[in-house]
Amino acid sequence: MTTILIAVGILLVLSLIFGAILGFANVRFHVEGDPIVAQIDAILPQTQCGQCGHPGCRPYAEAIANGEAINHCPPGGQATIQALADLLDVEAIPLDGDHGEETAKRVAVIREDECIGCTKCIQACPVDAILGAAKQMHTVIADECTGCDLCIDPCPVDCIDMVEIGVTTKTWSWDKPVGPMSRPGNLIASDRQPLMEASH
Amino acid sequence: MALLRITSPHTQRAGRKTSWVMLMVIAATIPGLVVQTALFGWGTLINILIAVAAALVSEAIILKMRQRSIGFFLKDYSAVLTAVLLGLALPPSVPWWLTVTAVSFAIIFAKQVYGGLGNNPFNPAMVGYAIVLVSFPVPMTQWLGSADVVATQDTLSFVHSIAAIFSSAPVIDGYTMATPLDAFKHKEGLMSSEAFASVEALSSGNLSSWFYVNMAYLAGGLALLYFRIITWHTPVALLGALAVMASLFYMIDASNAATPYFHLTTGAAMFGAFFIATDPVSSCTSNKGKLFYGCGIGVLIFIIRTWGGYPDAVAFAVLLMNFAAPFIDYYSQPRAYGHKKAKKGLKIGDSQ
Amino acid sequence: MPSDVTVFEFHGGIHPEQNKTQSLQLPLGNPKLPDELVLPLGQHIGQMSRPLVKVGDRVLKGQTIAINNGFLSSFLHAPTSGRISAIEERAIAHPSGLSDLCIIIEPDNKETWCELRPMPLWQESTKTDVLTYLAEMGIVGMGGAGFPTQVKLQGAQKNDLDYLIINAAECEPYITADDMLIREKTSHLVQGIQILQFLVEANNVIIGIEDNKEKAIELLQNELRVRQLDKQIKIAVVPTKYPSGGEKQLIQLLTDREVPSGKHPIDIGIICQNVGTCSAIYDAVVLGQPLISRITTLTGAALEHPQNVEVLLGTPIEHLLNYAGCDHSQLQRLIMGGPMMGFTLENQQAPIIKTTNCILAGSAKELPQPEPEQACIRCGMCEQACPASLLPQQLLWFTKSQEFEKAEHYNLFDCIECGACSYVCPSSIPLVQYYRHGKSAIREARDATIKSDHAKLRFEARKARQEAEAAEKEAKRLARKKPAPKADKAKVDAPTNDVTTAKADNANKAEKPANNEASKKLKIDLAIAKAKMKKLEKALTAAQEETRTEEINQLQTEVNEQKNTIQQLEDELTKVAPPAKVTKVANPNEAGVKQLKIDAAIAKASVKKLEKAIKKAEDINAPELETLKSQLTPAILRANELEKSLASAQEAAAKSSDSTATQAEELSEQAKADTKKLKIDIAIANAAIKKAKKNIDAMKAEGQDDAAIDASGLPQKLAEHEANITGLQQKLTDLTATDSKTEKPSAEVNPLADKIKKQKIAVALAKAQISKLTKRMEKEPEKAAEIQLEIEAKQAAQTTAETELAQLLNTQEKN
Repeated sequence: MTTILIAVGILLVLSLIFGAILGFANVRFHVEGDPIVAQIDAILPQTQCGQCGHPGCRPYAEAIANGEAINHCPPGGQATIQALADLLDVEAIPLDGDHGEETAKRVAVIREDECIGCTKCIQACPVDAILGAAKQMHTVIADECTGCDLCIDPCPVDCIDMVEIGVTTKTWSWDKPVGPMSRPGNLIASDRQPLMEASH
Repeated sequence: MALLRITSPHTQRAGRKTSWVMLMVIAATIPGLVVQTALFGWGTLINILIAVAAALVSEAIILKMRQRSIGFFLKDYSAVLTAVLLGLALPPSVPWWLTVTAVSFAIIFAKQVYGGLGNNPFNPAMVGYAIVLVSFPVPMTQWLGSADVVATQDTLSFVHSIAAIFSSAPVIDGYTMATPLDAFKHKEGLMSSEAFASVEALSSGNLSSWFYVNMAYLAGGLALLYFRIITWHTPVALLGALAVMASLFYMIDASNAATPYFHLTTGAAMFGAFFIATDPVSSCTSNKGKLFYGCGIGVLIFIIRTWGGYPDAVAFAVLLMNFAAPFIDYYSQPRAYGHKKAKKGLKIGDSQ
Repeated sequence: MPSDVTVFEFHGGIHPEQNKTQSLQLPLGNPKLPDELVLPLGQHIGQMSRPLVKVGDRVLKGQTIAINNGFLSSFLHAPTSGRISAIEERAIAHPSGLSDLCIIIEPDNKETWCELRPMPLWQESTKTDVLTYLAEMGIVGMGGAGFPTQVKLQGAQKNDLDYLIINAAECEPYITADDMLIREKTSHLVQGIQILQFLVEANNVIIGIEDNKEKAIELLQNELRVRQLDKQIKIAVVPTKYPSGGEKQLIQLLTDREVPSGKHPIDIGIICQNVGTCSAIYDAVVLGQPLISRITTLTGAALEHPQNVEVLLGTPIEHLLNYAGCDHSQLQRLIMGGPMMGFTLENQQAPIIKTTNCILAGSAKELPQPEPEQACIRCGMCEQACPASLLPQQLLWFTKSQEFEKAEHYNLFDCIECGACSYVCPSSIPLVQYYRHGKSAIREARDATIKSDHAKLRFEARKARQEAEAAEKEAKRLARKKPAPKADKAKVDAPTNDVTTAKADNANKAEKPANNEASKKLKIDLAIAKAKMKKLEKALTAAQEETRTEEINQLQTEVNEQKNTIQQLEDELTKVAPPAKVTKVANPNEAGVKQLKIDAAIAKASVKKLEKAIKKAEDINAPELETLKSQLTPAILRANELEKSLASAQEAAAKSSDSTATQAEELSEQAKADTKKLKIDIAIANAAIKKAKKNIDAMKAEGQDDAAIDASGLPQKLAEHEANITGLQQKLTDLTATDSKTEKPSAEVNPLADKIKKQKIAVALAKAQISKLTKRMEKEPEKAAEIQLEIEAKQAAQTTAETELAQLLNTQEKN
């Protein structure tokens, strides 16, 4: 009986000591991390488009931190969902189609001779990327445009187009090779298809 | 003719394909195979044939299940190489089902389950070997005595070998004995010199047989080095570490320890150093890493041989170092051009 | 072969088949002029050049046709005399096969040089002058990426230079252009090096050359001896090993120094120049010839006569292939550059550019298709071959699995893409492509991060500004409550408009305060009307989702009415605002024309919308199709009419400029009146269109029956609205009339206007309440009856307010 008591006592003392050490370490070596909202916000594409149903990216980041689904951001697309899933250690889910589809990167372009200078788009632009004054022609600063679409609806004469940013010789890059069993170049076989037969 | 659009470079070194590499390694085992067959009978050759058949069948089945092209992947000969190495490593007298078990386990679980060639973290042949070694220790530790020491003064004939392998009856006791390493391990309190004098398996005749086998593998290994299929780092580090450890302990206690010569020329020392430890997929990548890796295997071989539960230790030593290989890789990156110091580890802040 | 300099070693490297003899059998060739020369504006690293010429211009050989565009850019010159036939997108020599902007020259075959202004006394000029001169001569690095030479040399002005290395290694198989250049232009090259040395004043000058160019080495040694330069300029013969001609590798070979990762050779006191660049510098400085031609190797098994040619920049490759006797049936891979680092071309029309050192026309036998990729067995052959001491197999692993952070950590960006790893890979893995993909993915991600951070900053700045504006507005509102009621009006509109608008408003106010106030009021009305509109539209969409078409129709009409109101108000506003400007512009017609233009734009947009609606209707086969179509014709008619009147107004404006002011005014008045009528018509048309569109939408989403929305109350309201609108319309016409007579609306209008405003707010309030109730009713159908009663009460209140409003408006008009 005494042996048991001694054993229990020793274990108790040990656990107290180690608990104290752990507690101390927790305080002493506390890592001041980025608040989670800031980290989420850093992943979001900052188009400020509101397609997620929030007025901007940061509010959505806050909503995610409070448990909203991570798949409400069409401009970020699957890549953003993956990054969020990695950050929050949850499963990456497909984009929620209710909030829109993932599209190629686009910028707004004003057909300038049709612009009547109403300034409605200027007010709608979340990043102040549209330049102009009342009754003056407006134009979009393409480098600043996030492609959020928010200026399309307010335009009374439908003179804003969303134009895909095409590939130029400066932005072009090689594709990722397909992987084993494929040849580089124009003969590409899928991994699941015997290439030996397909290529001859 | 439509012009191709392909990334550079547009030319490749002719001939040296993966299948060529595999075939060269297989070819380099031939001296060892010949000597082994000459000294220990046909069993090894039959083992290899069984192993190759089992390997091809299991690889094909798995590829089919994984919906991969069977022809494409069988042609890289990696499964054949695994089978050959296993066939050489298994005792010549093991029953056929044991070979099949070892090979199919090696191919299916140690290789294909991880994603096939190039993705296996462990040496498949050694995984197969270790599995049957721990599962069937008795047949796995019974080697045939070499021709000049067994009672019948004759190696098993081809027919006898077949019979031994395919019959369910145990191999004729008269033909089998422990390997020198096994015998030395179980010398039961005898001094080294006494053991060498009295134990049959440690007789000079048997020892010289093992010496020839090891020299044959050394020759094959040197050929691999010559053709630049392997680099010197792993085998030299492995044998060097083994020799250093053995010398050290021989110097400390010459009466109970075996000589470094004994360690280097019996068992699978050369075979392991040139054919097993150099498996590129599961070993380290950089030259520095290979040195660490080889050293680790050498030291582990000595430790397990001397204090472990199994007589020879190449399989376990290699598998243990396979575990360590990615870690060694992280800390043995070469200094890249334009960098003052080599980088260590993975990126700081990386959670993995 | 003896070397004057100790040669060190670099890690790795490979020994591919050299294949250099083929193109050295024939002497340097001189192809005749092609039919056209295509000169891309981006032949170098950095910004594209800016064209100086127009289509149709005649240019002389050597004339500058494009100038640099910023610091890192270059000049471009006409390689021959002729006519600029186009400046357009053409296929260029780029691995993507994309097109880019090019200047096309149609040669006149006269080869008339422009006036050359060489600098024979360069030793006596300042370095800056020579550097500027080099820039104007369009000299760029001719060995690799085409880095503008003067930029590279300018770096040398700031640092002390230990080594000037002349790169003649030419390690790529097949290429012999530098070899041929050394043989043919030995003295030019050496003098070019002298000019370079004058510019950079390096402690050592070394020519690095591979030992497979024996003849070139001999000629160089002789030339140096003859010029007694062999003490100043050393020749380092390096063993033939790919990629010894890589800048970093050559530096390591000759100096045993490494260029730190992410830095340039200049940072460790070394500068590298290609032999081609040296000779081009000589041509420019001594002969005054800009960079308009270069030596290029034409080789490959598909060519009958492989050789080196001196070729004008811009020559289409096809021209050269034909010159060298290309067997097109044999040609399978057309490579610009060498087989190790060159890129394939699909379009033979692509031109020779400043950096084209080789055209390799490979047959299928010579450059067979790569084997299919196999799994990496980590054999480590790539690691033994890598000249940058990287771990290619690890990099492959990481780029393949998109673990770019790790790839970066394993020094992916130190990869020089030499291709040695791919060359030795037994599994035929296109390693370089993986690395290129990885690098660009990392760069893209970086750019995206920068962009999104930037967008965030801008968004936050905007938010802060808006909040500040709101706060200011609030403060003003509070301040206004107590003292002068006049001050408030200035700010009412400001937050929604730009600073410019505010300024303009202020200016207007100073000139015509009364008029301005009237417009302010109108603006407020407009804002209210719009708010109403929005609410209605929301209700409508809600209805569309859940109810049947009948209810929707009710709402629809309401929406349309509201639209009309807004239209009216907007028109009114535009009417009220102009006079201020009209006086300033001193041509009233101009304002009228402007408005007409706007109207025309709106009309066109409405026609477009209608057309779209019809298309949609056709798609779903809606019964409204006929109505829509019938609406379209009048809409188009109206648009046409508007355009006509626009034209007439413009004519009138033109005429009025000749005639007297009074005439002009009359004309403009007429124009204005026309405009207004048309505007109304348009507004109606617009409304009809909207209705049709909404109906179609409704057809699509046919919801359940919901008695929530009161149908019976709405028509009444509509009638009121109509009355309101007619009133407004009348007022509008009157207002314009008054405007034309008395430019300033009288100040007495103000109290009345205030009343009107109040009434309008009352109406708006009532409507807002109604809509709220409606919404509530949707949510709580069980209380429908109760809410219904409430709504009716509110509607009654609204009706009274509206009638009062109408009366007030009438009074205002009379005034």
